[in-house]
Amino acid sequence: MLANRKLILAHFWFAFAVFGVALTLGAWQMFIRSPIGTWLSNPELYYRSLTAHGTVMGYVFPTLVAMGFGYAISESALEQRLVGVRWAWAGFWLIVAGSIMAVIPIALGRASVLYTFYPPLIGNVFYYLGVVLVVVGSWVWVALMAVNLRVWRKAHPGAPVPLAMFANVAGSYLWAWTAVGAALELLLQIIPVAAGLKATIDAGLARVFFSWTLHAIVYFWLMPTYIAYYAIVPRAIGGRVYSDTMARISFILFLVVAMPIGMHHTFADPQVGAGFKFIHSAFTALVALPTLLTVFTICASVEIAARLRGGRGLFGWIRALPWDNPMMLALAFSFVMLGFGGAGGLINMSYQLDASIHNTQWITGHFHLIFGGAIVIMYFAIAYDLWPHLTGRELTDLRLIRTQLWLWFVGMIVTTFPWHWVGILGMPRRMAYFDFGDPAIAPQALSVTFSAIGGFILLTSGIIFLVILARGMRAPQADAGPYRFALAVHQPATVPVALNTHALWVALMIALTITNYGYPILTLALTEGTSVPAVYVGAQ
Amino acid sequence: MSTRDLFTFRNGHFKIGVGITAVMLVVTAIAGFIVLPFAQPWVQFANVWDAICSAAGVPRRAASVTAPEQSKRLSDVVLTSHTLSRPSQEAIGRGATLAQRCAICHGPTGISRADSPNLAGQYAAVIYKELHDFRSGARTNAVMSPFAVNLTDQEIADLSNYYAYLPRLPAYHPTPLLPKPNIVIYGAPIRGIAPCGACHGSLDNKTGSPWLEGQSEAYMKAQLQAFASGERRNDISQQMRNIARAMTPQEIEQAAAYYASQPPDVVKAVD
Repeated sequence: MLANRKLILAHFWFAFAVFGVALTLGAWQMFIRSPIGTWLSNPELYYRSLTAHGTVMGYVFPTLVAMGFGYAISESALEQRLVGVRWAWAGFWLIVAGSIMAVIPIALGRASVLYTFYPPLIGNVFYYLGVVLVVVGSWVWVALMAVNLRVWRKAHPGAPVPLAMFANVAGSYLWAWTAVGAALELLLQIIPVAAGLKATIDAGLARVFFSWTLHAIVYFWLMPTYIAYYAIVPRAIGGRVYSDTMARISFILFLVVAMPIGMHHTFADPQVGAGFKFIHSAFTALVALPTLLTVFTICASVEIAARLRGGRGLFGWIRALPWDNPMMLALAFSFVMLGFGGAGGLINMSYQLDASIHNTQWITGHFHLIFGGAIVIMYFAIAYDLWPHLTGRELTDLRLIRTQLWLWFVGMIVTTFPWHWVGILGMPRRMAYFDFGDPAIAPQALSVTFSAIGGFILLTSGIIFLVILARGMRAPQADAGPYRFALAVHQPATVPVALNTHALWVALMIALTITNYGYPILTLALTEGTSVPAVYVGAQ
Repeated sequence: MSTRDLFTFRNGHFKIGVGITAVMLVVTAIAGFIVLPFAQPWVQFANVWDAICSAAGVPRRAASVTAPEQSKRLSDVVLTSHTLSRPSQEAIGRGATLAQRCAICHGPTGISRADSPNLAGQYAAVIYKELHDFRSGARTNAVMSPFAVNLTDQEIADLSNYYAYLPRLPAYHPTPLLPKPNIVIYGAPIRGIAPCGACHGSLDNKTGSPWLEGQSEAYMKAQLQAFASGERRNDISQQMRNIARAMTPQEIEQAAAYYASQPPDVVKAVD
């Protein structure tokens, strides 16, 4: 039973409200730099919007979803009331305050630095302080997840930690450690310059710090989605998790190898040695492993559900699946997008292949397909699944929910496939304006137009999503019963301590961070004369 | 079983987890730091340690690359957005006295009628850099160079502060005389040209870039042509030379004409 429903609802509503705003900005950006929009004559407005879109979608929205979902998991999987509810509210309000503090300078055009900061560009100091508050608020959640698990362990010595909570805490530890990179960049480098204490910045070192955060943050975004794959989908479609152990191994693998791989974002950066780039590239290849394990386990779990429903034959069971169930639909869409996005990711992580698509629209297409597609569609599914338990009211309009998921899937494909394509043709990213009248890029106008249309399909889907949730708040009351997670085929009676605790894997994560980042960071920090003058946004 | 039993090689999971991670790290390190550096036939290493240092990115000067000889002086001015950002009243006063000798070309109020640049309200960092460059010879001009050659650092800073203090021609344009040309507002992304306005006014300003609005059309055109031909070369990292080279003669004329047309006539009449 969920005792702190208001807390969880507050997280979800704030997350989805800012998501709606950022989604609208995104669609507008697609439109305004496509051939169907009339150019504004002011790139600053475009970058302002882009900064807001990235900051909300990268920092605020997924963090709040992970937090809200995390509290729900803690209460329902552990079957104990959340410990530290006041702290949880404090964390929530920190994020609200941080978001507002960050958005005001963006709206005023004083922080158009994009969400990845891009030093030596320097914006208004309150933008960065706002981001810091958001991160600090999320660290409160990390601490609470650890505390709640500890309290539960004391009451249940030696018992296997429920899979959903085990994964949830793994995700929170991953986030705690990966956020340290951006925090170091902000506190040691950017904020002193933004506050006027220094006028130069070591942009190369700052980029390395950010790469520490930049890749593992994606796996933090991914965690709620993977938890939904394992802990919600099999239950929702009437099946069982094929292997509890395999699930645990996937999550601990994410913990270990998601972190020491971020330098594949700096393949084109001269300040990082080629040897370290190779190590990061090799470890990035390893991170495909937990995803492949997951795809295997979930397909097996889904097959179990299908056969329980009377499915027969080598592939005939696929027809027996409950395709009218939104969770089934969301899973299938998510997997398709994960497949294409993952294949693109393998290209990004290969040193040589990356050279052909580095800094092109391919990259933007890639992360929208993975994050906006495979991950966010499961956030929708999580919200649909939890909503009746949070509101005490039923979500009745399944047809509208299916329409929404279909639109999101189709919209994301229509948006991102041409986006990848123009990237291969060499169209650079982070450009506010393209002159499609120029013969050199005129052939790309059609692809970009398709992308923009896809953006509007996504916007439509996003609006329907918010309408469904809002209507769900006023539906007739119905008791949804206790919130449960999927059981495994062989529900574990005991779990080896290595797979029941996180200590070993957190230790390996930190050790690999030191081996893979220690030397590059130390040399860059100790080398003299590597700083460049800051470029202040909007400075006269 | 507690975590104390976990961190020991007697625990199989610990042994396997740590073992596989360590093996992965060692194998990739050997490949990345030793095998792959030697796999590049076009790079020569003295020994294994040399290859490892190279792959680790140890900062050092590459032996095979010698710095190209510079036949002409380049600008050695370093600007930050804080350069001369807080002038004292005394500095401005000293600058006003020194500026008497500049008035014959640049106008008594810093507004020129002789196709020399208007200096009133120009960014201090811009005047500071140009005077330094004239003094060092990174930029040369038959009239200007002799004036600059005897200036002290203090005098350059004072002059810059004084002109930055003078009221600028307003950037407010109720009735622009010319429509904004594409090159000013969009640049030419295909040719790698950023919009002029992104640095020089109309959209934004960047440190070290002069405010161009209201400057003489003949002067701006001449400077763009000088950048394009390489005759003028005091721009940092060839920023302006790269842009001017890629501009068409028509774009050069449009940009110069546009910026020259910007201050309203009424302001010119006051001078």
